[in-house]
Amino acid sequence: MQRRRFFQLAAASGGAALAGPALTACSARGGSADGELLLWSHNAGSPLEIEVTESIIEAFNGSQDAYTATLEPFPQDVYNDTVNAAALSGDLPDLLTVDGPNVANWAWAGHLQPLALDAAVTDRFLPSVLGRFQDELYAIGHWEAACSVFARQSVLEAAGVRIPTMEQPWTREEFDDALLQVAGSGGYQYAIDFSTADTGEWYPYAFSPFLQSFGGDLIDRETHLSAAGVLNGPEALAWGQWFQGLFTSGLANVESPGGAEDFMQGKAAMAFHGNWGALAAADLYDDVLYLPPPDFGAGPKIGGGSWQWAVTSTADGAGANEWLATAVSDEYVAEYANRTGLIPATDAAAELTEHYGTDGKLRMMVDYSKAYAVLRPETPAYTVIASVFGQYTGDIIHGGDVQESLDAMVAEIDADIESNAGYGF
Amino acid sequence: MATYRAPADRRRAWTYVPMTALAAFFLFPIVFMLAASLKTDHQIFADMDSVRAFLPVGDLSFANYAAVFDRVPFWRFLGNTLLVTAAVTALGLVVNSMCGYALARMRWRGRGLVFGLVIATLILPFDTTIVPMVYLVANLPWIGFDGLTPVLEFGWLNTYRVQIVPFIVNAFSIFLFAQYFKSLPKGLEEAAAIDGAGWLRTYWRIIVPLSKPVFATVAILTVVTSPATWNAYLWPLMTVQSEELRPVMVGVQYFFQLDTAWGEVMAYISMITLPMVVVFLVFQRAFIQSIASAGMKD
Repeated sequence: MQRRRFFQLAAASGGAALAGPALTACSARGGSADGELLLWSHNAGSPLEIEVTESIIEAFNGSQDAYTATLEPFPQDVYNDTVNAAALSGDLPDLLTVDGPNVANWAWAGHLQPLALDAAVTDRFLPSVLGRFQDELYAIGHWEAACSVFARQSVLEAAGVRIPTMEQPWTREEFDDALLQVAGSGGYQYAIDFSTADTGEWYPYAFSPFLQSFGGDLIDRETHLSAAGVLNGPEALAWGQWFQGLFTSGLANVESPGGAEDFMQGKAAMAFHGNWGALAAADLYDDVLYLPPPDFGAGPKIGGGSWQWAVTSTADGAGANEWLATAVSDEYVAEYANRTGLIPATDAAAELTEHYGTDGKLRMMVDYSKAYAVLRPETPAYTVIASVFGQYTGDIIHGGDVQESLDAMVAEIDADIESNAGYGF
Repeated sequence: MATYRAPADRRRAWTYVPMTALAAFFLFPIVFMLAASLKTDHQIFADMDSVRAFLPVGDLSFANYAAVFDRVPFWRFLGNTLLVTAAVTALGLVVNSMCGYALARMRWRGRGLVFGLVIATLILPFDTTIVPMVYLVANLPWIGFDGLTPVLEFGWLNTYRVQIVPFIVNAFSIFLFAQYFKSLPKGLEEAAAIDGAGWLRTYWRIIVPLSKPVFATVAILTVVTSPATWNAYLWPLMTVQSEELRPVMVGVQYFFQLDTAWGEVMAYISMITLPMVVVFLVFQRAFIQSIASAGMKD
């Protein structure tokens, strides 16, 4: 703060010398208590999603006179960098979207303030769309995403593979056997498509739940101070060896394009993919199934936590929370789901949607979210955990030594936590 | 006569065959981009394993080009890029040539030290200075107007000036100008001085008309390599928050969603590549000379 003042003073001195005493001063644009609510979102280039947000803003602006909200959308791939740059320059907006796993980091960094929403409101939402850090609620999301095993009923039946259910998901042995059977029976190049070319957040989001289903984890969730033991112990080693084996044996393509294209092109018999690709798959295959993930010992797991709304630390909290109270109605939760295909975050909203109601053809995605979703660790260290996990999982699927990769992950994660004094834990 | 020409033609053929092969090789990405821009996403991936990826075959249409306009405000982005590129280039030619002239031909105390400091800034990659630069421009003052009342504002973020002003002065451009001016005969300036011309008149009437090649070189290099002109990406990403002020390169990111529309990506980058291809074809000779004279390959 002192350095910022110094720059401002120096700059003001220069400017004042040029402009003379007639000038009046005004502050830079950003979050403030001036009746203007500036919203940033990550979805530039996604007009359907933006239309819903704009409709919320229109309803909010028309419902009261104290605040005027406006939206500035940014491209998703560069959104985090933009927010960090704005935080650096003291130019954060009032409300912004934040990816679920980043909530803890941004809260710890001082970018966010806790939400002031009634528990009666937040209790209606899926737990995985509520962004918490150290027992405070910092973010709330309209939607959730869920991964499942995409497969064709005709292919499984031809291969003599049992179709799993939530009551009886595949065990590890059944899943491995199913991969061998479908690879051998249908003339497919690969048994399953993991979209490995989609590096980045996809790796921890999609693949770390397998690790958790084996009994390992990304960090010790009791202390949030170390990954030792959970990320390089025997359970993690078993996960790494199993996952690597899928690629070294040729059952999975180590260079598979994103978006489950190998499955969509008929090169892979199955895919591990998200619900956002479900309708496209149904357009291609009339017998496509969205199966629950296998149980590798500790229960079936999938990643949880998608994009959410948060209030920045510099915002007018009253106005921002008022906007949020308008935005989290079931009507808008359902509208986002209808426009984007993502999973609505409340049961009431699900019944208002085309595909996620009780009899909807994607209803199982809601059930998977409720039953299997595991949040990525709610710690500021997650940004480093995600990067490290992605890098070394890439090494593992390319044939690297599994134990060495796991040990390297732990070393880098623990070093980061130590260098940041435990991130407040 | 023919017996003498045949070996020369054969030698020429041996030169042109590998050159043509290399040219075709380097054209592959552009050919792929153009072909894919006419295909559906499903077909792009279906063709990926064969030579069909480079051919405009299958179910072709301009649907991806039409979809670009639904996803991004293309003309707005293009206009922003053209405006910033023109401003940075034009102002840069004036300011940097004057700096180069002062360093090359005027005698003043500390000239060598200043020239050394200017050259030293070339050692620092832009990526390493961008964070302090963001911090600086976020706090710079500016005189705005509220109606007719002048207002002292703080912060250049989210403006055209933040995309233009920090990039007008360019150490490499100053270096090129200075080196070129040093090669001009001093007698011309001495003659002008005898006729009563001052530094500014000499620069404008004598030096500038004689230095068109270096002006062309610097203009081309500014358009092609400056982090603020045609390829501007990182800087506007960090300093421009309003969609109305974004340049074309940031627009590429609009297409990367949960399910990336690859056909639209290819259509968009075809549209933003085309102007540079036209510029290159028109100024081909100057391009090659400028890069050869600057000793750069990127």
